[in-house]
Amino acid sequence: MAEQLTLGSPSGDAAFVVDLKAFSGPLDLLLTLIREEQLDIYDIPIARIAEQFLLRIRTLGLNDAADYLEMAARLLRIKAQMLLPRGEEEVWEDPRAELVRRLLEYQQMREIVDVLERRGEERRNQFARAFTPPDAPAPPPPLALSLGELLAAVDRVLRAARRPDLHDVVARPLDVPAAVAIIRELLQIRARVLWTEIVKRDADPSFVLSTLLGLLELAKVGELRVRQPKPFANVEIERDAAGEAA
Amino acid sequence: MTPLAKLLEAALFASPRPIALAELAELDPEAPLAAVTAALEELREHYNVDGHGVELVELGGGWQILTRAEYTEAIERAQLAARPQRLSAAALESLAIIAYRQPIGRAEIEQVRGVNVGGVLKSLHERGLVEVVGRGEGLGRPLLYGTTPLFLEHFALRHLQELPRADELAIALRAVEPTPGE
Repeated sequence: MAEQLTLGSPSGDAAFVVDLKAFSGPLDLLLTLIREEQLDIYDIPIARIAEQFLLRIRTLGLNDAADYLEMAARLLRIKAQMLLPRGEEEVWEDPRAELVRRLLEYQQMREIVDVLERRGEERRNQFARAFTPPDAPAPPPPLALSLGELLAAVDRVLRAARRPDLHDVVARPLDVPAAVAIIRELLQIRARVLWTEIVKRDADPSFVLSTLLGLLELAKVGELRVRQPKPFANVEIERDAAGEAA
Repeated sequence: MTPLAKLLEAALFASPRPIALAELAELDPEAPLAAVTAALEELREHYNVDGHGVELVELGGGWQILTRAEYTEAIERAQLAARPQRLSAAALESLAIIAYRQPIGRAEIEQVRGVNVGGVLKSLHERGLVEVVGRGEGLGRPLLYGTTPLFLEHFALRHLQELPRADELAIALRAVEPTPGE
């Protein structure tokens, strides 16, 4: 196999440094190979063309390779199918048929490209009148306004505008450690405390939050248990005997 | 020149894009269509016979006055106008397929060309040479593309039928010999 691979490259790999940018795809490359080798498109020697194809795409960067690799895989599959023994009575379907159809279709498209290229070049060599953008819309007429009128207008606007409500926002940091200390002290005196006993009705929101976070923290480490018999009921806080023991 | 031919000449001179016959006919409501066609022919003759630097060309579904090709170099050298960039081979191939098979989806174009055409299609769309003309049946309802009037202008075609028919091409799309018994 290795010998076969060097078949087409008597002067080494340098002969095969082909600029694949010159080809617009795997079908273009295949057609070029067929033309160079003067092969019959209806009877392509698939093994030979597959080798040539693989040799040429060796230099491809990964980014451009996908389309070519797909074709390489297709060629190798056809090559394998050609090697399969043919049954006597079975109708043999040429595995190259689909490839031939695509090559012919591609070649036909290339002919149309030639027509388009010629026509496009002809048109390119003729200039039309340059495009002139339509005039921009005229600016609005200048204001005719006396100073008195302007001041009166400003006055009306200022009267109409309400004084904005200003208030200061002060950051009140939560003090969880203090809340934890209070809860611990209470639980040292009593085994069971109610939420409303710690947090009074008019308590500061930051104190409520601090206490809640403190409770959750202590419940997490196992110092106490929190129980609420039903929704919206008072929360009962109990010393956790097990947690204390540990 | 007849007054109608002069009127058409003025309108064609004023417009940067080709003007359709119907629009030219509107310039003079009293002129029958045949007179407009005759006046166009008169104008074209006038440019050709008397020798002018411009000519009257029918393309892109209309008529347009264009400079003659022999003056292109001089005009470009003087930087009065520049030729547009040529389309890449990839763009031309995709355009050829779309022109013949429209409306056509991206997958079908890729099938013929054997390469991914996403980028090419986008730039053709941006240049206004193709447009989305609908959505196909089937999975994901793919966008279907077709050529625009600008495509005709770009290739100096009067209409799509001016492109060679498939059977006029050197290799007509031949069906591969069916295997016997099929």
